[in-house]
Amino acid sequence: MSGEASAGAGPGAPEPWGETRVVGKPLPRIDAWERVTGAAVFTRDLTLPDMLHAAVLRCPHAHARVRRVDLAVAARRPGVRAVLGPDGPGAAIPWYPDREGKPTSRLLDPDCRYQGEEVAAVAAETLAQAQEALAAVAVEYEVLPAVTDMERALDAGAPAVHARGNRQGERFGYSRGDLEQGLAQADAVVELTTRSACSVHTPMEVHCSVAHWEGHQLTVWDSTQGVFAVRAELAAALGLPLSSVRVVSHFVGGGFGGKLQLSKHTVLAALLARAAGRPVKLALSREETLRCVGNRPPNRLTVRAGARRDGTLTALGLEALGTGGAYPASATSGLLVGDLYRCANVRTAHDNVHVNAGPGRAFRAPGVPPAAFALEQAMDALAEKLGLDPLELRLANLPTGSQTRGLPFTSTGLERCLREGARAFGWREARARARDAGPLRRGVGLAAGMWGYEGDPRATALVTLLADGSATLNTGAVDIGTGTRTVLAQVVAEELGVPLERIAVENADTGTTQFSPPSGGSQTVLVNAPAVRAAALEVRRKLLGIAAGELHAAPGSLRLEGGAVVTAAGRRVLLKDLAGLAERVSLVGVGERAPHPPGKLALPFAAHFAEVEVDVRTGQVRLLRLLAVQDSGRVMNALTFENQVHGGVVMGLGFGLTEERVLDHATGALLSRGWHDYQLPTALDAPASIDWLPVDPHDRECNSVGAKGLGEPAHIPTAAAVANAIHHATGVRPLEAPMTPPRLVALLARARS
Amino acid sequence: MAHQDDGSGFSRRTFIGSIGVGAAGLLAPLGAGAAAQAAREVAAGATVAVTLQINGQAHRLEVEPRWSLLHVLREVLGLTGTKPGCERGECGACTVLIDGATRNACLTLAVEVEGREIRTIEGVARPDQPSAVAQAFVDEDAFQCGYCTPGQVMAAEGLLARSPHPSPEEIRAGMSGNLCRCGAYPHILKAVERASASRRGGRP
Repeated sequence: MSGEASAGAGPGAPEPWGETRVVGKPLPRIDAWERVTGAAVFTRDLTLPDMLHAAVLRCPHAHARVRRVDLAVAARRPGVRAVLGPDGPGAAIPWYPDREGKPTSRLLDPDCRYQGEEVAAVAAETLAQAQEALAAVAVEYEVLPAVTDMERALDAGAPAVHARGNRQGERFGYSRGDLEQGLAQADAVVELTTRSACSVHTPMEVHCSVAHWEGHQLTVWDSTQGVFAVRAELAAALGLPLSSVRVVSHFVGGGFGGKLQLSKHTVLAALLARAAGRPVKLALSREETLRCVGNRPPNRLTVRAGARRDGTLTALGLEALGTGGAYPASATSGLLVGDLYRCANVRTAHDNVHVNAGPGRAFRAPGVPPAAFALEQAMDALAEKLGLDPLELRLANLPTGSQTRGLPFTSTGLERCLREGARAFGWREARARARDAGPLRRGVGLAAGMWGYEGDPRATALVTLLADGSATLNTGAVDIGTGTRTVLAQVVAEELGVPLERIAVENADTGTTQFSPPSGGSQTVLVNAPAVRAAALEVRRKLLGIAAGELHAAPGSLRLEGGAVVTAAGRRVLLKDLAGLAERVSLVGVGERAPHPPGKLALPFAAHFAEVEVDVRTGQVRLLRLLAVQDSGRVMNALTFENQVHGGVVMGLGFGLTEERVLDHATGALLSRGWHDYQLPTALDAPASIDWLPVDPHDRECNSVGAKGLGEPAHIPTAAAVANAIHHATGVRPLEAPMTPPRLVALLARARS
Repeated sequence: MAHQDDGSGFSRRTFIGSIGVGAAGLLAPLGAGAAAQAAREVAAGATVAVTLQINGQAHRLEVEPRWSLLHVLREVLGLTGTKPGCERGECGACTVLIDGATRNACLTLAVEVEGREIRTIEGVARPDQPSAVAQAFVDEDAFQCGYCTPGQVMAAEGLLARSPHPSPEEIRAGMSGNLCRCGAYPHILKAVERASASRRGGRP
């Protein structure tokens, strides 16, 4: 419903809604039929007239220098229309910038630092012809020694990934108080070291781009989470003005952070298309997506935690080692250790190193699920040592603001997540239940979490009410499968009273839609929905002005519902029957997202509760049930909210139990080259019951819709909760993720002996 | 340490080639004519004539023996509802029905299914004629990005065809060959249950 400007939800923003009519309801998506019937056209599905297909030649060695590439034979192969090697136009485009923005490589760099790095590319009439041409490219490699184990990267004599060594910048970290003093003040101290494997996004739709030049205008259909981000990077790479590059991403088959940025294959497609004078499609193979378009870096995390007898934390320390592979990437996170619990003495130290492996990228809460796996197991161990319920230890240390940034939170639902979750889960009863003495052991565990990014508030939206009372919404936001289109249309329906089925959404096209930051970082709704609401409110004001004149009523006395204006006396006039609207043809509202509330942080929180059954003979873990309690502010659509919570949990199970990129440290070769070896959870792995409980603190300050982020906080605590449940069930602490049967069997055997 | 490498370690040519050879054996049961055709040595790019029965319509096509059904559906006929996910039988995104049974189109050669009844998502789920399964997927929000969804719908159609009223465990097992990276499994399983229930109530 309408809102007046107030300082509550940011300068100039309208008040958040009270009761809502459309927002929050469990409504099926407006694009459900396209997705269910296969009519949705993903980039992978696109065919343009005269389109060529491209393929990339990749270095078969973990570390090598390309001495010579001979493309002559390949260029003469049947169907080949363009070839590109390390000496070709554009090959020297700078790539992989370090923390200072200095490039560490180039598009086709003679120094290949991981198995699968790009060496050359070919475009041909058919994909088979392109692949056959690649086999005819002669490459002379100087094979160099490689290091792929991050724990060996800093050893004396380790092969150097880059000439200046294997450190990705200096050790960095954060400190408040005095960690050692805090440990000395503690009645109990624990220290543990976790290791988590590298995981890979592998969205169902492979990374794919179709590039098409019309003169100097380049249009790229890209399977991306952020059309404006890709446009900016692509224009910079090609030296083009932003206005010459158009990026479109109507349907994306999953991203999870792996499609937030420009990828090499997109530039290669554009360069080949320019060379051939024809559109070019470059779709990666599944194996390529496991090699070269990002991953969640492996971590080794050592946590030290100390607390007094009453549970008050006195010290938290983190020593983090991680690798973003061969190129700069943030590999570890100090967010949870610094901010999840109130603690006076904290110190973190991060070593990010290089190895000869595929580069890291943002992956659903970068660095945070591994950190939760470490911190939340340490909290459990500390509770055990102090003889406290793990729930009580957490409740004793609730934060009210970010201690690392010195800012209060607009709201923190963490306490409610823990308390209401414990009640709904039956925590105390389940914990007290005796462990089975047989081979099947049951246990419960919990873990808390938070997310640290408040979003990029620069978003604009256009809402247009048309003469027949239908409406369009124009936004640059990509719907990566979370229901963005539907949720944003619900906001329009809420304000204009236009039925959802009469609202069309045009989105994710830099040529025709308004700026929006990438759909990632759990920011999509909280950044875009306020902009959409502002645009809809502008239309509403104009519409009510027209209606008030025609109906001889005060604008404030009119309601908008069911595609009609309704007077206080109950008279209904359909929008299409308003003469003023017909005369104007359309009413346009431009909405900008208000800035964040000054001096405060709006962040989401979560707590997950898990019950598992462990077969101590086989090490098989079965998740019996999981309750995800989420403070993500307002639930915008109960159906898609629930769905996204399920997705976060299932992906958390993958991280915790099955997913592992495997490299052969002897050769540097990738061994997990498909989903047969890189194991995603299936319908059989998801528990029969994933319950969810939203905790809405009715945050009136975070933004004008009252929603906080969801995608990442729904994923962060899962694996840690399962780990704590495994410990409760078996008495062993599973410090390595994924917690596979062989690892658990070994742990259990060690515990018995 | 320098040495030559032609990069063929990364080509699928060998793999595709071996499938092409295998096609002769696969064709044998279909009839002497087809077998004789396949027994001829064919050059790369050479095609053979097949008639494929897709969604009740006959398509006379010239196909390369090495082409998968997935390739023919998408690249030749433009039926892009059937999705490539891995192209090696690991994910189920390309699930179609062959004579009513679920099959990965990526592991099926086009020449192998001549004379069989092929059903794709386009023949099953249309907004104007929604199947019970498709309607249930919409109502239960049984998808996120939607890329694996046509394959999930086809897997559910196949499951309900062979077992109209499966138990929850049968549903989980029946749907376990179809990966969903978004993790929408709980809603997918609910949708299959709903479709099964609506068939119980709605159709004889």
